[in-house]
Amino acid sequence: MKKSINLINERVRDGNARVVTADEMPGIVAELGEQETLREVDVVTTGTFGAMCSSGAFFNFGHAEPPIRMERIWLNDVEAYGGLAAVDTYIGATQQSTTREDQYGGAHVIEDFIAGKSVELRAMSRGTDCYPRRTITTDLLLEHLNQAIMCNPRNAYQRYNAAINTTDRVLHTYMGMLLPNSGNITFSGAGVLNPLSNDPKLRMIGCGVPIFLGGAQGMVVGEGTQHSSAGGFGTLMVTGNMKEMSQDYVRAATMQGYGVTLYIGVGIPIPVVDLDVVRSTAVRDEDIAVDLLDYGIPSRNRPAIRKVNYAELRSGIVEVNGEEIRTSSLSSYRKAKDVAETLKSWVEQGRMTLVLPTRPINPESKVKPMHESVHGPRVLDIMDKRVVSIGETEEIRAAAQKLLKGETNHLPVINSNGLLVGIVTTYDISKAVANPGKATLVRDIMKKKVVTTTQDEPVDIAVQKLERHNISAMPVVDRDMHVIAMLTAIDLGKLIGGRWLK
Amino acid sequence: MKLLVNFSRKAGQKPIIAQVVKETGVLINVERAIIDSSEGEALIDIPDESCKIVKEKMANLGATVRVLEHGIILDETECVDCGACVSVCPHEVFYLDDQWVIHVREGRCVLCGRCMDACPHHALYHKDDF
Repeated sequence: MKKSINLINERVRDGNARVVTADEMPGIVAELGEQETLREVDVVTTGTFGAMCSSGAFFNFGHAEPPIRMERIWLNDVEAYGGLAAVDTYIGATQQSTTREDQYGGAHVIEDFIAGKSVELRAMSRGTDCYPRRTITTDLLLEHLNQAIMCNPRNAYQRYNAAINTTDRVLHTYMGMLLPNSGNITFSGAGVLNPLSNDPKLRMIGCGVPIFLGGAQGMVVGEGTQHSSAGGFGTLMVTGNMKEMSQDYVRAATMQGYGVTLYIGVGIPIPVVDLDVVRSTAVRDEDIAVDLLDYGIPSRNRPAIRKVNYAELRSGIVEVNGEEIRTSSLSSYRKAKDVAETLKSWVEQGRMTLVLPTRPINPESKVKPMHESVHGPRVLDIMDKRVVSIGETEEIRAAAQKLLKGETNHLPVINSNGLLVGIVTTYDISKAVANPGKATLVRDIMKKKVVTTTQDEPVDIAVQKLERHNISAMPVVDRDMHVIAMLTAIDLGKLIGGRWLK
Repeated sequence: MKLLVNFSRKAGQKPIIAQVVKETGVLINVERAIIDSSEGEALIDIPDESCKIVKEKMANLGATVRVLEHGIILDETECVDCGACVSVCPHEVFYLDDQWVIHVREGRCVLCGRCMDACPHHALYHKDDF
């Protein structure tokens, strides 16, 4: 049995359509069976409400007198794109204010406009024969703009990997605050209510499909950037009229230590035209699995600690290596449900009819990493291979002599097997000499907790380590903890004027 | 009742909290303390009825004592009920109810302030400015 979109829309227009939210579907299918559900249910509404960094809006301000072709543009001190002619611009949600840093950004401009607040436009131009004006400053309300079209390149992620931190310091990430030593887990996404999780093959969700966007009736433009539905990480590009949006569903936010982002509500109605739709919308939180990634590893390829599903994440506790770890959602399930319910009422009242995709989105698409034609410098490229080290059982005096002779301030300390066990600096030696006590051997005064790097580590990561620990050098070790070189602040000078600056 | 006690080393290296426990017999629960070479701050929890005597004794020993009336406060107009605060709180002050709405168990709060950093929406604040 199949049901045509026309039949469904007839019922919608007559106010007779049976509309349910996606979280109700697993129960309905379990109770009625697939066939009966197909007969009974006409539309399933979905919803999600979370941080969607890749969002923004096009504005047209209308022409000033005399007219200006705006080349640099700021809205409440947040820079907007000046490469669109005359009085058009695009403001990105994560762009930060030049005066208030991460406490105000593009997302706040968007929210302030929607909330009815006044926003200051400042713009500059070099002036042309047709656009003589060079500067403009004016206060604007949303109603003063000709168009305010939200257009978000990457929204409504199908699912998102959960985050944990195995290092010994707090991390501030776009996945929120991650406590040290696996102290918590953060996740994002509405699971059972998520639009793309209810149509992973993108049969009903595609170009031109009507959606809920920030409280307005919007539309799917097409596949989103970084769309990777082959691996279960589909995204959508969406658009909607900002003038019809509500602050209830558009909220600026700041992830401490990361920056500004926009929380937005997106919902998509899915017409129940066949059994495949019944099956895909019967998805449960338990069926949607993601990796739990260690954000302590500063790499694109973060290791997965384990697989975890949305039912576990939402329960508040996830077990990792026998330990119970508390979870935090970064997206709001209450708001996601609110979006799905609002969308449901729109369809029930006949305010939104359904449309099949005018063009399909590729369900087999896979995201690629960046092609890098020039690799950034690695520790290997600048490290100093002349290593002067000292044995842990040697006398402090011997260390002092080595430091002098080697013209260095840092001596890695090795044990009888030649492995790194500590480090002494000129400061440690001076201290030992100035305050003579019981210490006579290097191992008595060495620092045992040594910050190290490896030859393959990108210099940017190594520099972060030096800064974080407020040190000026560290040993470069191999897998077995043999010291193969030193990396010092002086070596960083090799980057300047070298081939890395082109 | 929670009290915020500040003491400086100028007052001598007196074991203020221990002294007050000894003299009053009140069991003081130290919930949070930062003490360095020159000054210290401790958040203590005591039974309401002992507030007056503990406050007086501590003041006599050179400490400044302030009663903290409130724990962390949730601004419901800013909160979107995401839950970012839930797992970062060491005292499990926050929880989501069965409608996925955030609730605050204010009495458990020791005002460490961690949730204020973790909240993406600046929806958490405290009244006792300290």
